[in-house]
Amino acid sequence: MEKDLAIQKSIFSKISGIDTNKGDDFYEDLYKRCEERIDALQAVNPFTEDELEEVLVEEGYNRRDFMKWVSATTAMLMLPGFFEPLVAKTVQVLNRVPVIWINLQDCAGNSEAFLRTDGPTVDELILEIISLEFHELLMAPSGEHAEQQLENAMTTFKNEYLLFVEGAIPTAENGIYGTIGTSGETYVDHLVRLSADAKAIVAVGTCATFGGIPAAAPNPTGARGVMDIVSNKPIVNIPACPANPANMLGVILLYAMTGELPELDSLLRPKFAFGYRIHDACERRVHFDAGEYVEEWGDASAQAGHCLYKMGCKGPVTFNNCPTVKYNRGTSWPVAAGHGCIGCSEPGFFDKFDRFEAPTPFNPNYNPASDFQIAAGIGLFAAYKTATQEESAQEGYHGE
Amino acid sequence: MANKHIVIDPITRIEGHMRIEAVIDDATNTVVDVFCSSTMFRGIETILKGRDPRDCGLMAMRICGVCTVTHFQRSIEAVENAFNVQVPANARLMRNLIQGALFMHDHLVHYYHLHSLDWVDVISALDADPHAAATEAAKWANVAGETPWTADAAIFSAMKERLAKFVAKGRLGIFGNGYWGNSSYKLTPAQNLVAITHYFQALEVQRDLGQMMTIIGGKDPHPQSLVVGGITSINDIRDPERMKLFRDLALRVRQFIKGAYIPDMYMLAQMYKDEMSAGSGAGLKSFLVYGGFPLNDGPIEQAAKLFPGGIVHNGDLTKVTDFDPALVTEDVTHAWYAAPSPEHPSVGTTTPDYTGFKNITNGVAYLDTDNKYSWIKSPLYDDQRVEVGPLARMIVGYARGDVRIKGYVDNFITRANITVDHLYSSAGRTIGRALESELMSDIITDWVDELNTNIASGDLTSWTKFDFNAVSQNAQGYGVEEAPRGALGHWIRIENGKVANYQAVVPSTWNAGPRDHLGRLGAYEESIKGLKVANINEPLEILRTVHSFDPCIACAVHVVDTRGKELGSFKVDPICGL
Ligand code: SF4
Ligand code: SF4
Repeated sequence: MEKDLAIQKSIFSKISGIDTNKGDDFYEDLYKRCEERIDALQAVNPFTEDELEEVLVEEGYNRRDFMKWVSATTAMLMLPGFFEPLVAKTVQVLNRVPVIWINLQDCAGNSEAFLRTDGPTVDELILEIISLEFHELLMAPSGEHAEQQLENAMTTFKNEYLLFVEGAIPTAENGIYGTIGTSGETYVDHLVRLSADAKAIVAVGTCATFGGIPAAAPNPTGARGVMDIVSNKPIVNIPACPANPANMLGVILLYAMTGELPELDSLLRPKFAFGYRIHDACERRVHFDAGEYVEEWGDASAQAGHCLYKMGCKGPVTFNNCPTVKYNRGTSWPVAAGHGCIGCSEPGFFDKFDRFEAPTPFNPNYNPASDFQIAAGIGLFAAYKTATQEESAQEGYHGE
Repeated sequence: MANKHIVIDPITRIEGHMRIEAVIDDATNTVVDVFCSSTMFRGIETILKGRDPRDCGLMAMRICGVCTVTHFQRSIEAVENAFNVQVPANARLMRNLIQGALFMHDHLVHYYHLHSLDWVDVISALDADPHAAATEAAKWANVAGETPWTADAAIFSAMKERLAKFVAKGRLGIFGNGYWGNSSYKLTPAQNLVAITHYFQALEVQRDLGQMMTIIGGKDPHPQSLVVGGITSINDIRDPERMKLFRDLALRVRQFIKGAYIPDMYMLAQMYKDEMSAGSGAGLKSFLVYGGFPLNDGPIEQAAKLFPGGIVHNGDLTKVTDFDPALVTEDVTHAWYAAPSPEHPSVGTTTPDYTGFKNITNGVAYLDTDNKYSWIKSPLYDDQRVEVGPLARMIVGYARGDVRIKGYVDNFITRANITVDHLYSSAGRTIGRALESELMSDIITDWVDELNTNIASGDLTSWTKFDFNAVSQNAQGYGVEEAPRGALGHWIRIENGKVANYQAVVPSTWNAGPRDHLGRLGAYEESIKGLKVANINEPLEILRTVHSFDPCIACAVHVVDTRGKELGSFKVDPICGL
């Protein structure tokens, strides 16, 4: 274990991650394009600055709160500071982005997260500011009236709406494990039908992106992610269980601002959120480097806030922005609460990472080929796998 | 006279997927028959088999993204029960704190965002005089003996304008296509304006509760700080600032509950008193409570509980029987599973037997209601159908003479000028939930203080050590407690350190189950049957009643066991065209 640890340490001490600076020309050009786009949106139906100001005041926020939020969000989106006014302006045209949100094989966790959208203050206004046309959890009508609402939205916003999908899609037995609507349409058919007229699809949460818990072995219902079903539309994956609402909002904002989807990695995850590892920005990182580990729940090291690697933390191989964005008004995140990262934003979660609380993250039978295509990641993974294989085998994984 | 068979799918403003088919008598507009079905499932129990028991909590909580904390705790408690491990005081208190916040979060979001639109006509609020609204807000707070959360005409005026703008744009978004103007809505325009204002304010308050859960859980939904034997977030409770933040947020929430939520309930009780006297939506009137929130340390089954367990039969408050986990079974006569007879969850099997819809006529699919028609099983207690949930907790506590619970209930019925019998109704279920929120908002700060005292005394123990190999070879356990929606239990059998069998019997299974082997209706079905519907094309009364339970279908449908079963053996009805 000690020897393996030494190998792993040398691997995990390298910083992963993406280029956050693409050069002045790139940003200047982007800025221009965004400006044009926002002007165009404003011409469609302005949600004026006055109106926004009004809403802010009503909700008890002031311009300063708002600007603070704007600069935090600009940073999260990995845009240079001079984009801040543009981000602020974009909020004013967000109500021109129609969103249809559907729930499939889900637990409603992403909807709940969305409802608690945290971040500094202004996120709270999102319900009012974006144009949420259909959302089963929140909408007033049921049954036929709900279906009609959906039809209306699809017709009015044909080829314009963003389709948010929460939950996996059961494909076994011709899709019998999920039906919806008076006609008893299967989820597969429902998704395909709603995708056809969507501008783009945003898969929220690990179930909609990579199958999540329903797809864990033995995957009784043949659960799949959206990208396994829909092939002819742009897709953005926002994995994690649940997806961080800040990232959901980030995608909508970027889309409104640029008219395009954010830059994605090979797993279709926005790079602004999934471009670097938990481990890179972790507040316990100094302890990892210093070799100070929690060895047992509640021990002296736990009380001192040492690194959770030996308690099974998957931060070194998990790409997500939890340590910087955090949750619920930036209050905390799992590693801060003393529990290791369990890798919820990675494909193969859950099978790849259980036991969650033992330092043997990988199922030796799991095929990593598609996972870490960020070059550094591949090297890391191979080395890590070798280093931990023996231990994994002893633990006896059940996944197939 | 002809009967009309209506299909409502999707039922919105619930968690998960549900369909209701109701047969309505044309002459009287009365629901003469009703079938409640779930149309989605995932198979999480099957997925848990063969895993390490210490991983179960993190996976089982994904049964539901709403009462996620409760599933997390019950699963971990089931393992602790199997291993005979007791958690230290700090862990017990923290678990109560996080789950207490969850209860209030759940109830608040349920009433305002998922349920209130069944009682409140959003569009009617446009006709309101903001000053009259302010008077209303003050009046009902006064009945409650509390300071109103808002009684400022300017705020109501701003809200009205905002709504008006919304409507003027011609697009109501999520408020579009509601049953606005239906004669079953009873509030005055001013009252509607108060309620819708609280709808938006509650959005903000529920974020406070989310933050409270995150202080302890690291994130929410799906927290990550509980482990078999204790908790991990010891540093958060050792930090006085963090605990103060928790406490301050709790106080603000309490203010909202007392100054807005409870007054809104008095308003509801007054305006919908006829429905309550008629027992509209009363349903089974037999209530089951497992018991919840241990108030002292030691084995959890033996601890005194904030919500005492027990069973009240047929609304008879003079008798309560004790809860015995051995008497819980699940019946699948009308569920898409095969089993010869009702089974206890410790040995439960779940063998899918999907038979599909009966037919599709004019594009509308119809359930095969004589046979199997839902993915939800029908739990039975001592071979009886029972209702679970906040009202059950209030009723059982009341019948038990629990001083705390009785105090909240008596106070409300006295001030509202109603009787306990009025609570056997859809509105009563909704009021029960609010009373429980009030109770929780009062006690939760005491728990913070208790925790602070314990920490100050120098007790930093957060975890009980155990020898996994020794305790996990052949073990069996259960965690039964309360979730916001009612009795929730996880049963686990462990062999050679791995999960051999896993079953969860959850609140929405109890309430939403289809008919049983004797043809008896489940709690939703029984409550909907007999409702009078004002407008057959707008089944508002049905939604009002079913929403009063706060359906959580994702949670109810986690059960399927296809392991080792040939998939080819499914019976897929060719008519339904799946
Ligand atoms: S706690 Fe996890 S993410 Fe943080 S430094 Fe340790 S191993 Fe890395
Ligand atoms: S820390 Fe890891 S497991 Fe936790 S939310 Fe972030 S990515 Fe998911």
